[in-house]
Amino acid sequence: MVNVTYIAADGTTTTVEGELFSNVMQTALDNDVAGIVGECGGSMMCATCHCYVDEAWQGKTGARNDGEDDMLDCAADEVKPTSRLSCQITLTPDLDGLVVHLPEAQY
Amino acid sequence: MDRIVIIGAGQGGLQAAISLRQEGYDGALTLIGGEAGLPYQRPPLSKAYLKSGDAGALRLRPETFYDKNAVELVTETWVDRIDRAGRVVHAGDRSFAYDHLILATGTRNLRPPIAGTDRCLDLRTLADAVKLRAVLDSPKRCAVIGGGFIGLEFAAVARGLGHDVTVAEAAPRLMARVVSPEISAYFKDLHDGLGTVLHLGDPAAEVTDAGMVLKSGAEVAADVVLMAAGVVPNAELAAEAGLGVNNGVVVNDRLLTADANISALGDCAVFPDPTTGRPVRLESVQAATDHARLIAKRLIKGEDLPYAAVPWFWSDQADAKLQIAGLAAPEDATHRRADGAIFRFAGDRLSAVETVNNARTHMQARKALAAPDVSRDALAAVDYDFAALA
Repeated sequence: MVNVTYIAADGTTTTVEGELFSNVMQTALDNDVAGIVGECGGSMMCATCHCYVDEAWQGKTGARNDGEDDMLDCAADEVKPTSRLSCQITLTPDLDGLVVHLPEAQY
Repeated sequence: MDRIVIIGAGQGGLQAAISLRQEGYDGALTLIGGEAGLPYQRPPLSKAYLKSGDAGALRLRPETFYDKNAVELVTETWVDRIDRAGRVVHAGDRSFAYDHLILATGTRNLRPPIAGTDRCLDLRTLADAVKLRAVLDSPKRCAVIGGGFIGLEFAAVARGLGHDVTVAEAAPRLMARVVSPEISAYFKDLHDGLGTVLHLGDPAAEVTDAGMVLKSGAEVAADVVLMAAGVVPNAELAAEAGLGVNNGVVVNDRLLTADANISALGDCAVFPDPTTGRPVRLESVQAATDHARLIAKRLIKGEDLPYAAVPWFWSDQADAKLQIAGLAAPEDATHRRADGAIFRFAGDRLSAVETVNNARTHMQARKALAAPDVSRDALAAVDYDFAALA
């Protein structure tokens, strides 16, 4: 299992156990974490699973995938250097303890 | 409002339940579905699921969601009748009283009036997909009736898995109902290249033990025949309850039927297109979930706003990601940009943009279509580059 902490725009903090090689979006939905929508089911067809990777974790989550920039362009909330589509962050063992921040709006 | 009942536990019905709770609704909430199990996503059934067989990945919310949010999920239950005067829904020996009822009944597969369709497999529900995957466990000759999204997504996956595939489409081009002739041609080339045999303008006339026979008389030998000739809205309940039905449950721009206590959403609902006012029925995740959010805001927050979301659609076929923003009428004009992006125009107004493997333009188009009308002249002046639009 890989622990992930989600910090909502209002500061609400939720830590859940994600399955190895699942992703940050699916883990949020599986654990009923509010603030992630994931409308297209991780097909990179929408931008409703936008998150900000905590700066301490940016090195480990790596760079955005092909096409992610284009989708993020249409995110409902501010896009920052730390912005990612959470469906594109795979929970590898070295991400245990990952912290992501959630935007106020996803659509 | 103390009791809300949702008929239909697909993505739209579930989104209505999610949004009602998010908007602060704290009354009783019942979600009635005809299928077994927890609500799941349908789009991957003809894509990732066919390859992986991972049903768990389809689940929209875990079981704990329903308890935690006090959503009473009633599965494997088909509603028989809506008693509008008594505000009760009847299903077998059970009944569910409501203050507001949301119809999210979706669609079912169309069965064209030809012989032998009982031999066909479908690809609409998880149960359908499970059956289809089981059949494809050894090399098969597959015949597909219908060259729309589902038939072509299936064809691409089946070819990828090494099966023989033949597609019969009644119209002279692929996906004719939803895309421009240019995009149809692109996908014809794609499927030709994959080795799929395409029969265009030549519908299946009969399904037999040996495969299918086309209108032209051509015989297609097949072990499996997939029926993918479109869908029909599940609107009988509404019709029998005396609500307006015309290719779906008729609602106004608030997504309300003629009965102020009944809304409808998603694939089963016919609503006025925000731009043209024309009645439309969209088969998409986007419409289902955006409808659900609007209804929840209206019921719980009293927000009295017309539905105005920009429609968008997608289809994955082999390595081609087709994305459509907006809604074009068949007669809309077409402009092909140098990079292959297709711009559709209703008169001078941009009505839709169709792209393949071009998410940037798709997202730009969604933004542009959400703003006041973009004119053809304005786009032509900037070489159809959204980024350069003033």
